[in-house]
Amino acid sequence: MTAPAHPRRPGGRLSAAVLVAVKALLLLILLYPLLWILGTSLKSPTEVSTGLSLWPDDLTWSNYVTGWTGVSGADFGRFFLNSTVVALGSLLGNVVSCLLAAFAFTRLRFPLRRMWFVAVIATLLLPQHVLMVPQYLLFRELGWLNTPLPLIIPKLLATDSFFVFLIVQFLRALPEHFDESARIDGAGPYQLFRHVVLPLSRPALIATAILSFIWTWNDFFPQLVYLPLVEDSTVPSGLHQYAIAGGLTALGPMFAMCVLSLLPVLVFFVTFQRLLTSGLAPSPVRAGLPGTRQARTRDHPRTG
Amino acid sequence: MTTATRPTLAGLWADAPPVPRRGRRRWLQREDVAGYVFLTPWLLGIFGVTLLPVLYSLVLSFTDYNIITGELAWVGLDNYERLFTDDPRYWTAVRVTVVFVAVSVPLKLALAMAMAVLLDRERHGGSWLRALVYLPSLLGVSVALAIAWRAMFSQDGAVNQVLGLLGVQGRSWATEADTALLTLILLAVWQFGGPMVIYLAGMRQIPAHYAEAARVDGAGRWRIFRSVTLPQLSPIILLTLVMETIAAFQGFTAAFVFGNGGGLDDATLTYTLYLYLRGFAGLEMGYASAMAWVFLVAVGALTALIFWSSRFWVHYAGGSR
Repeated sequence: MTAPAHPRRPGGRLSAAVLVAVKALLLLILLYPLLWILGTSLKSPTEVSTGLSLWPDDLTWSNYVTGWTGVSGADFGRFFLNSTVVALGSLLGNVVSCLLAAFAFTRLRFPLRRMWFVAVIATLLLPQHVLMVPQYLLFRELGWLNTPLPLIIPKLLATDSFFVFLIVQFLRALPEHFDESARIDGAGPYQLFRHVVLPLSRPALIATAILSFIWTWNDFFPQLVYLPLVEDSTVPSGLHQYAIAGGLTALGPMFAMCVLSLLPVLVFFVTFQRLLTSGLAPSPVRAGLPGTRQARTRDHPRTG
Repeated sequence: MTTATRPTLAGLWADAPPVPRRGRRRWLQREDVAGYVFLTPWLLGIFGVTLLPVLYSLVLSFTDYNIITGELAWVGLDNYERLFTDDPRYWTAVRVTVVFVAVSVPLKLALAMAMAVLLDRERHGGSWLRALVYLPSLLGVSVALAIAWRAMFSQDGAVNQVLGLLGVQGRSWATEADTALLTLILLAVWQFGGPMVIYLAGMRQIPAHYAEAARVDGAGRWRIFRSVTLPQLSPIILLTLVMETIAAFQGFTAAFVFGNGGGLDDATLTYTLYLYLRGFAGLEMGYASAMAWVFLVAVGALTALIFWSSRFWVHYAGGSR
């Protein structure tokens, strides 16, 4: 029906070919750094310094063995373990605490609710680096330096406003007739949470978990500040120390560890590719989690 | 249909315990009380980890606090005075950050928009293409990519190898004073896939008959983009502009990895890197707090300015919300 409405211009086929070529070139430029890192990590030391090709002539895995030994007695196994603790702790904290807050903001009425929600938006825009000095002094006072606590406990207190906001947006789009029937049946706020909202908010919680993991895994500044000792280091600071300790002169092992450090994010990317690129990642505002748009059109015929 | 697929719901209500009779539990069941019960972790967080620390840092900014010796001396506006009149490195950091934000954010958003337009018409195979373009935005913020980027733009890095094939004389892009910041900007711009997927999601929300009507009226592709797509997307553009600007102001990881001390001639000394150097490496907590507060006010003012300007260029359809 729609195709004949705008006939192909004479140059249509040619311009389509050009477009494909442009896209391919763009993609190559865009992904070149990643291919280069991967290729270099698989090259032998002599090939790294002499070879001009992107991909190694024969694959060498020794860089991964060499790099794994890490710096000053702490190997990358250690760094990965530390990062995993921080990332999973943050994930759990964010999922639980942000859902509790979002439930209160969307399903319950209480004094000052609007004011508190404005605070959520304000902290969403608050540059986190402003908090580094006073938080550092606070956690130092509590004796939490050189432990993962400063990186995990704040997440348990729903300080990641982005996720509160993400889940709020999601819950707002959920059909409210579940609530109504539950309330008519005499369910209190806790039953409403446990039996209606919790099971229905799974997509939002999954999104929160994925993003939370990826962002914490990549995060650097707080991990550098709170876990400065080599043996406590997370992967980013471990990598950085490895680079300083001479990794830059031996690119192969350095890049092998870079590849490994990116691997968890890549796994999440491949597994949840559709969810991540649906526009939700940096902003859920209009993107629509899987299910929300469906729910909206089904139960609320309002548009836009 | 939805209720039919979840017959358990009704059963759950039947099984749910009756509203408790004892006073305290009934009090807890009150909606306003429950609201605060659910909000407790968040309230602890907003006060304990956010608001009070922000205020505490304001107090600290009027002091000279050495955390090693524990000495805390009230110095009034001294820190601010030193910052503005007696610290050329501070102004270098301001300049570097402003250049970084002013160049990287518009470039990143423009590329994101261009790519979104390019990929929006993709019907088959569009999703993996979109995913591959998005990938750098997931990986680019990491230390690994900062290290690799630096190596890639070094004297014998991949960029010079490619330039050499084209007969162009290479240089140490990542470390030389006049190109280091440019390299840092490129790394930020490389991550344009983030805003791109937001634009794509936004484009899919624009009713197709808008463009159809414009086409009937004889509008070309460019005209449709300018008069239909762009205005429809303007609220989303505002959102990405604000978020990307705030994020760019806080750029730390790559600057730290590029040159811990700020690089040659402090070419990549971003604001937050300088804050780190004074506060956490130099242990001048009072001075760093003053820097943080100037930062907060400046970024806040800029954010407000962007929001204020939006009344001239953001188009809200149908007055919803």
